[in-house]
Amino acid sequence: MSPVKSPLILLHERDNILIVRRFIAEGEVIEIDGQSLTATSSVDVGHKLARFVLKKGQKVIRFGAPIGSISADVALGEHVHTHNMQSDYIPSHDRQAVKLDEVEHD
Amino acid sequence: MINGYLRQDGRKGIRNVIIVAYLVECAHHVARAIVTKADDPNVQLIGFPGCYPNAYALKMMQRLATHPNVGGALLVSLGCDGFNRSALGEAISDSGRPVETFVIQETGGTKKTVDAGLEAIGRLQAELVDTPRSLMDVSELVVGTICGGSDGTSGITANPAVGRCFDRLVYEGATCIFEETGELIGCEQVMASRATTPELAAEIEAAVDKAAAYYTTLGYGSFAPGNADGGLTTQEEKSLGAYSKSGDSPISGLIKPGDIPPQGGLYLMDVVPDGEVRFGFPNISDNAEIVEMMASGCHLTLFTTGRGSVVGSAISPVIKICANPETYERLSDDMDVNAGRIMSDGASVDEVGEEIYQRVIEVASGGHSISEALGHQEFILTYKSFEPIGPSCLPSR
Repeated sequence: MSPVKSPLILLHERDNILIVRRFIAEGEVIEIDGQSLTATSSVDVGHKLARFVLKKGQKVIRFGAPIGSISADVALGEHVHTHNMQSDYIPSHDRQAVKLDEVEHD
Repeated sequence: MINGYLRQDGRKGIRNVIIVAYLVECAHHVARAIVTKADDPNVQLIGFPGCYPNAYALKMMQRLATHPNVGGALLVSLGCDGFNRSALGEAISDSGRPVETFVIQETGGTKKTVDAGLEAIGRLQAELVDTPRSLMDVSELVVGTICGGSDGTSGITANPAVGRCFDRLVYEGATCIFEETGELIGCEQVMASRATTPELAAEIEAAVDKAAAYYTTLGYGSFAPGNADGGLTTQEEKSLGAYSKSGDSPISGLIKPGDIPPQGGLYLMDVVPDGEVRFGFPNISDNAEIVEMMASGCHLTLFTTGRGSVVGSAISPVIKICANPETYERLSDDMDVNAGRIMSDGASVDEVGEEIYQRVIEVASGGHSISEALGHQEFILTYKSFEPIGPSCLPSR
């Protein structure tokens, strides 16, 4: 059974990712282009899911424009984020970019 | 029509602020004590912490102290600091604004300077009571936009809605400024295609190339961990979302912080320093961007946020537009506009753009923005260095 209101937004017809409109729980059944599948992880609002199977090296398209490249193969409906895609310009960083044991040398 | 404050230099403001400015960190406490004891929301603290002279800092302080929203100034120097306090004082005085300068080492220390400063505030307040009012058309407004705490919703809701608001303001003759070339990496070609001349297009592409090189040298993009928490994965993804704040109007010019746009239209601000990398990151936090917008004359700033920033600013009101419907639920007390309803309730981008436009008129007419009412008056200014803009950057001048 398909949900009344899709939790996913397609921003541009050329996009190969979909934007999450509301929290998706792990195990929830979602529908992508008429195909039902089960979410393999929970995903927060504003994050991206793969609209197709995506191969390493392939460009990720959002707003119809490239926003980076796939760094590890992605299954249909899988969460697309820093673990499987990267910038074509400047690497992204997280809160672990600087660690205390690196700044304390004594 | 907006009922503005007419300055002797002919500029019109939407607020009547007295700034208390420390000219080195060593004078910060004294300046803050004067502001705290004055207990008047229109007496506001700004300042520059460094002791070494810097042309950018002097230009920024001059532009801010003579901002249309500012009616008078109190300068606080320790005494041995390198800031050119006499040049700043003369520039403020030449603009027709009352100014008093206190040098802590000459006045006799903390207590005496705070007391003398408070008396000076009383004189400035008395003088500002008589500031002439003047009707202001929308075309006389200068409006900036920045985004802070962006997430995956920013580029879908709040940013395009601000773009619609900008389109209307520009259509009505106002001046609109968007910025952070480091957050436009990946958008250089589409942005250049909107420039009013091919020479300006080349300048815009060069400015983004400079930003990419600068951030690459520093080792981090203009990308915070919270951006990734909110679903943004790369710099260029964040850029495309940020870019939509600019709307669809032609780009009339490329300015640098402190340059005042010569006439109405949409302008891009190049905030990345020129020359070799020095003094660190271009803008160390969101308020540094707001300060540069104000230095170029912005009467108010439209601030879009997905994760949920709470900041405001000294001198110019900040209007907060929340992109993410879940963030809005938690932080609605800090937000002026809920653009998240585009995602949660199916509101149109045009509808929210119109709501932002109406909010701009309300706040320009004297209504308090939410951050203003909550007492937010953040301010930060650090070292930078710039070359003047090239002749192709302002084709209409």
